[in-house]
Amino acid sequence: MKIAVASGKGGTGKTMVAANLAFTLSQTCQVTLVDCDVEEPNLHLFFPAPATATDVTVPVPVVDEKICDHCGACGEFCQYGALTVLRDRVLFFPELCHSCGGCTLVCPKIAIHEVPKRVGIVTCAIPLPRLNLVSGYLDAGSPFAVPVIKAAKTATVRDSLVIYDSSPGTSCPVIETLDGCDACILVTESTPFGLHDLQLAVDVADRLGVPAGIVINRSDGKDQATLDFCTNHGLDVIMTIPFERGIAAIQSRGDLLCRVRPEWQKAFSALYGKCCALAGVD
Amino acid sequence: MIRLAVISGKGGTGKTMITAALAELLPGTLVLADCDVDAANLALLLKPELIRTEPFMGMKSAVIDPAVCTGCGECEMHCRFNAVHADGDVYRVSPLHCEGCAVCVHVCPVKAITMQPRQTGEIMYSQTERGHLVHACLVPGAGNSGLLVHAVKKMALEQDRDCALFLIDGPPGTGCPLISTISGVNIVLIVTEPSVSGLHDLKRVVAVCRQFRPRILVAINRFDLDESLTETIRQWCAEENIPLVGKIPFDAVVIDSVRQGVPVTRAGGSPAAQAIQVLKNNLERELQAL
Repeated sequence: MKIAVASGKGGTGKTMVAANLAFTLSQTCQVTLVDCDVEEPNLHLFFPAPATATDVTVPVPVVDEKICDHCGACGEFCQYGALTVLRDRVLFFPELCHSCGGCTLVCPKIAIHEVPKRVGIVTCAIPLPRLNLVSGYLDAGSPFAVPVIKAAKTATVRDSLVIYDSSPGTSCPVIETLDGCDACILVTESTPFGLHDLQLAVDVADRLGVPAGIVINRSDGKDQATLDFCTNHGLDVIMTIPFERGIAAIQSRGDLLCRVRPEWQKAFSALYGKCCALAGVD
Repeated sequence: MIRLAVISGKGGTGKTMITAALAELLPGTLVLADCDVDAANLALLLKPELIRTEPFMGMKSAVIDPAVCTGCGECEMHCRFNAVHADGDVYRVSPLHCEGCAVCVHVCPVKAITMQPRQTGEIMYSQTERGHLVHACLVPGAGNSGLLVHAVKKMALEQDRDCALFLIDGPPGTGCPLISTISGVNIVLIVTEPSVSGLHDLKRVVAVCRQFRPRILVAINRFDLDESLTETIRQWCAEENIPLVGKIPFDAVVIDSVRQGVPVTRAGGSPAAQAIQVLKNNLERELQAL
């Protein structure tokens, strides 16, 4: 069972939902929690533990100037403008390279080979007896989040119960996180911003064929527009978390609602049940 | 023209709310851009009148002609983005996964693959009470958000180059869209919140900003929800020589004004509106000092 927690809008409470869901499940079974918000990973703040780190690398080209005759084929082929061939040398712009390997294939002199370049790390920790935490961290200034997310997901490929915490938005990092999941939880808040971005997130889940359920966070009771949207789109609201300064404070200081107020574990167990129902699993 | 981007690292800290209020308060001519192209919300507060839209063409995408494809599988073998899969006897490209590298075109022995332009978004040029707004809408699931951010900024700079201020509502995160947003700006205003996540993400986004050398300023939103973490953030900013230019209290009026679709400063002298007035005064001094 693989569940992604996503949102469209940032700051709606993805990490809070993912962390509490994983914490609750870990009371009774083995669970893996994966931080796929590699630009701003936060789950480790809620589960401090010693971690082992592995570099995430992508292959980037190196041109052997002794063999290269500056024919220009690589620069002409590169769709990203990462290679510029001058009369006497080749300029490479690593921040533009997508690591497709095309330049190595088109070089008629076989003058280009690839070397690994670090773009981030993946850490693994066991903060609780039945909880594995895997976090991806994108290096500062690196624009490519996707390879780091891919590496974090690959590290958990053999685990049977996995929860993925996504980055906000609707573009490549979210696609990479949701792809292949059995169900996804979309966390929203009852404001026009929350609703606008929820519509986009629902669209993404639809395109990927991942069944989605909605969690309304920080509800102040004025949820009608969100509820109407869900009804009209055949989406179930699978949990509502009220706005309460006390709950916000628990989250702010890096604690877990289900640890401080164990009565909430029941609600998160029920949330898991609803995710299984979404995925068509008993 | 001074270029000012409001960013945050962590999502949901109040970038858009603050950008809309600053647009109301800052004097002089300005042009606005919403560079959170994944989930653009500034227009929901500024209620602009649309002047025109332009299609945004992202990277081209590979398309396999099933009538020519012999099903040899070379394309799938060489694709590093897992974008090509068998579909019966032939192969097919998933546009959601294709990054437009054209390696499959190169390796196909029967020339069954071509690169086709595709529209992955729309750029909108609109009129607000305070000036033009350039905003965009990325097709959900499309890539190239960094390229779209670049296109949005370019349109604002070309169409309104005589404005005194270019005010940008930025994306969360530290990746491709953020880097595209802050490249070439003079000042970034980072909006954070007093939580362990807010502080952690602030540090990460500052590390990225420093590679681009803009002047960095910080504002703390909902600062009174945890005064001790607010103090920790203040101390960290002092150690890092980053001016703290605003502290905005938690205020239910903020959510009400978002629901009404107006900048919070229009609703009168609420505590949040007063704090944003102070932020604006500090910001103005920073802009003049540039």
